[in-house]
Amino acid sequence: MVKRILAIVFILIIGLWMAKGLDQVPFGEDRMLVGKYYLEHVTEETGAINAVTAVVVNYRGFDTLGEVTVLFIASTGVAALLWRKKRKRTAKKEGSVVLTTGAKLLLPFVMLFGAYIFIHGHLTPGGGFPGGATIATAFLLLYVAFTVYEIDHKIFEPLEGLAGVGYVTVGLIGLAVGGYFLFDWIWQSWGLGKENIGRLFSAGFIPIIYILIGLKVGTELTGIIDNMVKEPEEGGQ
Amino acid sequence: MNPYYFASIALILIGLYAILVKRNVLKMLVGLSIMETGVNLLLISVGYVSGRSAPILSEGITPDKAVDPIPQALVLTAIVIGVATTAMALSVVINLYEKYKTLNVEEIRRLRG
Repeated sequence: MVKRILAIVFILIIGLWMAKGLDQVPFGEDRMLVGKYYLEHVTEETGAINAVTAVVVNYRGFDTLGEVTVLFIASTGVAALLWRKKRKRTAKKEGSVVLTTGAKLLLPFVMLFGAYIFIHGHLTPGGGFPGGATIATAFLLLYVAFTVYEIDHKIFEPLEGLAGVGYVTVGLIGLAVGGYFLFDWIWQSWGLGKENIGRLFSAGFIPIIYILIGLKVGTELTGIIDNMVKEPEEGGQ
Repeated sequence: MNPYYFASIALILIGLYAILVKRNVLKMLVGLSIMETGVNLLLISVGYVSGRSAPILSEGITPDKAVDPIPQALVLTAIVIGVATTAMALSVVINLYEKYKTLNVEEIRRLRG
C-alpha cells in the first residue's frame, strides 16, 4: 500500500514536470526549416510524392539500414533466447471451422494487400515496414488456425538474408556510381521516370528498397512468431 | 496547453504506474508498451498543424498545405524499434516462466539462488 501511494506521488510529480515543460511548446505552427525544405524539394530531388517515404528512404536511408539491422538482431536474439534442442508446436486443438475456413480464404488477399502496401510506398501512406507486418499477419493466421503448419525454413532464412544483402548492394551501387553510400543512382544518374511522377514507375530506388525492406520485415516478424509459438517437448528440455 | 499533450502525458503516466506498481512481468511489459505509445503520440502531435493534410504531395496539395514529414518518419522508426524490443522482452519472459514457473517478480527474486 505504501509502495502504491509512493508510486502515485512520484507519477504526479513527473506528470507536473512534463506538463510544465510542454506548456511553452507552441502547437499547430510551422517551425521546422528542415521539414519545409524537404517538402519543397522532395519531388525534384527524389521523385516521390510521399514526403515521409522520401525522408525515410532517401534523406535518412542510412538510418533505415540501421533500423533493419536492429530488427534483424532482435529476431536473431529471440531465436537465441528461445533455442532448445527439441522445440516443436504442441498445440492440441485445430481452430474452429470459421477460423480455418477464413484463414484459407483470406490468406492470399492478406498477402496481396501487404505486397500492395510496400510496392506503393512512394505514393500512398505505408511502405516496407507496415507491408511486411501485414504479410507476417497472414502467417500468424496460419499458425493460429492449424496445429501442424510450420514455415519452410529452407526458403525463409535465405530470403531474409538476400533481402538484407540486396539493400546493402543497392547502396554500394550508389557508392560506385555517385560517390556516396545509398546514392539514388536510378533517379539522379539515370533520371528514370522523370515524366512519370505520381505513378507507379517513379521515385528512383524507393520502390526497390521498400520491396526489399518489406520482404525482410515480413520474414523476420514471421520468424519471431515461429519461435514464440513453439514449446519444448515433454521431457526434452 | 493542448488536449493532445494531455492525452500523451496521461498515457506515459499510466504506463509508468504499471511499471512501478505491478508485480507480474507481463503486466510491466504492457505498461512499457503503453508508455511507448504515449511518447509516439507526443512526437506526432508536436508535428501536427491543424487544417493541413498528410505530406503526400498529390492533387492540390502544395508544400505549404502539408504538415511536417519529419516527426512522422521518426515515429515510423520508433514503432519498428519498439516492436523489436517488445519481442525480445517477451522471449525473455517466456524463458523466465519456463525456469521458475511463475511471473511474479518477488517470487522470482525469492526463488533465485
